[in-house]
Amino acid sequence: MRDKQIEDLKDYKYGFSTNIESFKAPKGLNEEVIRFISNIKKEPDWLLQWRLKAFERLKVLNEPNWQKPKYPKIDYQNLYYYSAPKSFKEKPKNLEDLDPKLLETYKKLGIPLQEQKRLNGIAVDAVFDSVSVATTFKDTLTEKGIIFCSISEAIQKHPDLVKKYLGSVIPITDHFFATLNSAVFTDGSFVYIPPNVKCPMELSTYFRINASDTGQFERTLIIADKGSYVSYLEGCTAPMRDENQLHAANVELIALDNAEIKYSTVQNWYPGDKDGKGGIYNFVTKRGLCKGKNSKISWTQVETGSAITWKYPSCILKGDNSIGEFYSIAITNNHQKADTGTKMIHLGKNTKSKIISKGISAGKSDMTYRGLVDISKNASNSTNYTQCDSLLMGNKCGAHTVPYIKNKNSNSNIAHEATTSKISEDQLHYCQQRGLNQEEAVGLIVNGFCKEVLQQLPMEFAVEAQKLVGISLEGSVG
Amino acid sequence: MEQKLKTDFDKFISNSNFSNQEIKLKKESLDNFLKKGFPNRKLENWKFSDINQIIQKNIGELTFYNNYNIENEINDNIFIKEIHHNKIVIVNGKVERLSFEYEESDKIDLTTLDNFNQNPNDDNSLLSLNNSFSNKIHNILVKKNYSFKKPLIIYQITNEKVSNTNINFQLNFELEENSSIKIINLYDDNSEKNFINNLFNFNLGKNVILKNYKIDKKSNTNIKYDYSSINQKENSISETFIFSSGSDYIKNEVSCNLEGQYSSAFINGIHLLSKNKHHEIRTNTNHLYENTKSYQLIKSVIDDSSKSVYQGKIYVDSKAQKTDGYQLSKAVLLNEQAEFNAKPELEIYADDVKCSHGSASGSLDEDSIFYLMSRGLDQKTAKELLINGFLLDVVEKITDEEIKKLLKNMIGLN
Repeated sequence: MRDKQIEDLKDYKYGFSTNIESFKAPKGLNEEVIRFISNIKKEPDWLLQWRLKAFERLKVLNEPNWQKPKYPKIDYQNLYYYSAPKSFKEKPKNLEDLDPKLLETYKKLGIPLQEQKRLNGIAVDAVFDSVSVATTFKDTLTEKGIIFCSISEAIQKHPDLVKKYLGSVIPITDHFFATLNSAVFTDGSFVYIPPNVKCPMELSTYFRINASDTGQFERTLIIADKGSYVSYLEGCTAPMRDENQLHAANVELIALDNAEIKYSTVQNWYPGDKDGKGGIYNFVTKRGLCKGKNSKISWTQVETGSAITWKYPSCILKGDNSIGEFYSIAITNNHQKADTGTKMIHLGKNTKSKIISKGISAGKSDMTYRGLVDISKNASNSTNYTQCDSLLMGNKCGAHTVPYIKNKNSNSNIAHEATTSKISEDQLHYCQQRGLNQEEAVGLIVNGFCKEVLQQLPMEFAVEAQKLVGISLEGSVG
Repeated sequence: MEQKLKTDFDKFISNSNFSNQEIKLKKESLDNFLKKGFPNRKLENWKFSDINQIIQKNIGELTFYNNYNIENEINDNIFIKEIHHNKIVIVNGKVERLSFEYEESDKIDLTTLDNFNQNPNDDNSLLSLNNSFSNKIHNILVKKNYSFKKPLIIYQITNEKVSNTNINFQLNFELEENSSIKIINLYDDNSEKNFINNLFNFNLGKNVILKNYKIDKKSNTNIKYDYSSINQKENSISETFIFSSGSDYIKNEVSCNLEGQYSSAFINGIHLLSKNKHHEIRTNTNHLYENTKSYQLIKSVIDDSSKSVYQGKIYVDSKAQKTDGYQLSKAVLLNEQAEFNAKPELEIYADDVKCSHGSASGSLDEDSIFYLMSRGLDQKTAKELLINGFLLDVVEKITDEEIKKLLKNMIGLN
C-alpha cells in the first residue's frame, strides 16, 4: 500500500518524490537502518553503539505473548523505522476535507477551531501563532534553568545528562518492545529540572509534537534533580487516522532526593472502527525510578483510545521513604482491548505505593487490569494499597483483574481490593427520573465512578478527560 | 528422565493386569507427559512454585515404578477414635481397605474404572503422569436420595518401603441426585522424599451436598500435589476445607465447575507454615450458569523461612448472569525470611454480576499485642492468641459440627 503511494507520488511533476524518498529510511529492521537513523540525526558514536547493542540483544529476544489481547503477527521487516514529516501536500487542506465524525468529536471536546486545524497539521498561520506562544513559555523555563526540548536536541546540547540517564531505568536488555525502541527510537521529549526548582507550569508534549511530528518510536526522558518538582502532560487527544500501527514508546522518569514527578497521560489514539478494523497498537513502556530519598513519582492515565493498549507504567521505589502512585481510568468500547496496570517495586525502607484503577468495558471489548506489587526483603515498613474496580456494560464484553502480590517483608503491609459490577438500575432510574436521558445518565454515573482518578489530573486536562469519558462510551447503552 | 520413565512404565505394565483399553490410554498419557515434562515456572500456574526445580532439589532422581503387588500391613492405631466413620485406607497409592460398614450396602456401588477421563491437550502434565502410573481407579457411586450416615475418612498412608518414588493415586466419586457425603482426607506420612500426586474427581448431581475436608498435619519431607475436580449440577453445594501444614511442599488445587443454576462452591483454607516449607493453594471457580455462587477464604500464618502462595481465579462465563463471587486471602508474616505471594484473579464476561476479591498481608498488629500485654499476657501468649483467632475464623466456616469439633482438636485450635 505504502509502496504504491510512493509510486503515485513519484508521478508528481513538482519533484517531491526525491524529497520524500530521502526522508524515509529503507524498509525493514537491520543495522543499516539503525545507522541511517543515527546518521540523519547526527548522533555521537556512543549512542550509535548503544543502539547497535540494543539491536544485538533484540535478535535473541522473543516477542512476548502472555498478554490477554492477541493480535496478528507484526512483520517488523515490513515497517519504516524512520519517516520525516509528511509534506503539506499530503495533508488535508481545510477542515471540509476531514472526516465529519472527527470534527464532531472535536466539537464535543471543545477544542477551538485554530487548535483543530493545528492538530491536523493543516498549513495555516495558526501554526505560527502557537509557535510564538511556545517560545514565550520557553523563555520563562530557560530563566529557571529548566531544559525542555526534544531528545534529539538534548543529545546534541546536553550529551552528558542524556548519557548518564538514558537507559538507566529501562535498560537496553529489557523486554522486546523496549529494546526495539532503544534500537530505533526517532524522537521524543527531554526534561531536566535543576535542583530546588519548581517548574512554574505544566509541561506538555502538545506544543512540541506538532513542531517536530514525532514518530512511532518515541523516547521520553525526564530527570527531576534534588528537591525539584515537575508536572508533565502527555496528550494524545487528537484522534489519529491510521491503519493498525505499532506505537512502542519508552518513557523513563528519574526522581532524585526530595524530587517529585507527576506524569499525566490522556491517550486517545485512533481505536479502530466499529468492527474493530484498524487502530493503534499502543505497546508503551513507562517506568519511573524513585532514586533518591523522599522522592515521589505519580502516574495518572486516562486510556480511551487505541485498538490494543498494553502498558504498565511502573515505579521502582529505591530511595528510602519514596512514594509511588498510579491512578488509571481505562475505557474500552467496540472491539478495543486493553491489558494495563502497574508495577510497584519496593526496594527502599518506608516506601509507600497506592494504586487506584478504574476499568470500564462496553460493546465487545475486553479489559484486563494486570499489576504487580513486590515488597522485597529490605523494604521494611512499606505499605501498599490497591483498589481496582471494573464496570461492565453488556454481556459481550469482558473485565479481568490479575494482580500479582509478593510480600517478602514481615514489617510491610499490602492490601488489595477489587470489585466488578454493572451500573445499578436504581442509579440509572434515579438520574432518568430527574430528566436526564439514558446516555447522559450513564455518563454521569461513569464520571462519578472515575472521580477518584479524574481529580488527580491537572485542571484543563480533567475537563477534557471527563468529556472524553462520555464520548468513548457513546452508543454503548440501550 | 525420559528413559527412566519408559523403562519404569514397561515394568509397571508387565507387573499389573490392565485391560488393553487401559494400557492404550495409559500409554497416551505417558506420551503426553513425556512431551511436557514436569511443570516449571514458565507456566503461569506454576509461577510461584516451580515443581520441576523443587523435585530436583529435594529428591533428585525419581523412581516412577511403584509395586502395587506388595501387601501392606495396616496398624489400626492410626484410625480416629472420636467418631464412627467409614474408611478407605490407601497405602503407598494402593487401596488396601474399603469399608462402608455404617452405610446401606445397596445404596453404594463400588467399581473400578476401565476408562478414565483424559484430555491430552490439558496443560497440566501432572494429570497425565497420574493417569499413566496410577493403579486401578476406584469409583464410588452414591445412589439417588441417599445420605451418608457417617463420614468417610480417607487415610492416605505412606510407609518406609517407599522413598524417592513417585506415587500416583486417583479416586472417583459419582454422587447421584439428592445424595450427600462428608469426606475427611487425612495424610499419614511415614516415608521420606517421595513425590505424591493425587487426583480426586467428584461429579455432583442435582441437589447433592459434598463436604470435603483435607488435612495435612504430620510433619514430613514429601512433596505433594493434590488436585480435586468438582463438577456441579443444579442446586448442588460443595464445601472444601484445606488445612495444610505438615509436608515440606504441597500444592492443593481445587477446580469447581458450577454448571447448574443455584449451585454453589465454598473453599476455605489454612496455611500454617514454619521452617522452610513451601505450600500453595490454587482455586479455580468457573461460573458457567446463571445464579451461581462461590466463596473462598484463605488464611496463612508464615514463620521462619517458609513460603505461602495463594492463586485464586474466579471465571464468569457470559451466560452466568447474577453470579455472586467472593474471595479473600489474608496472611500474617511472623519472620523476616517468610514470604507470601498471591494472585487473586477475576475473569468476567457477564455484566450482571457481583464479584470481588481482597488480599492483605503483613505483620501481626502491634496495637493488638500491646492491648493483650496490658491485660497481663506475656508477648508469646498474646501472639499465640491472636494467631489462634486469626485462623479460627476459617475453621468456624466448617458447617458440620461434629467434624468441626474433631478438626479443632486435631489442629489444636480452640
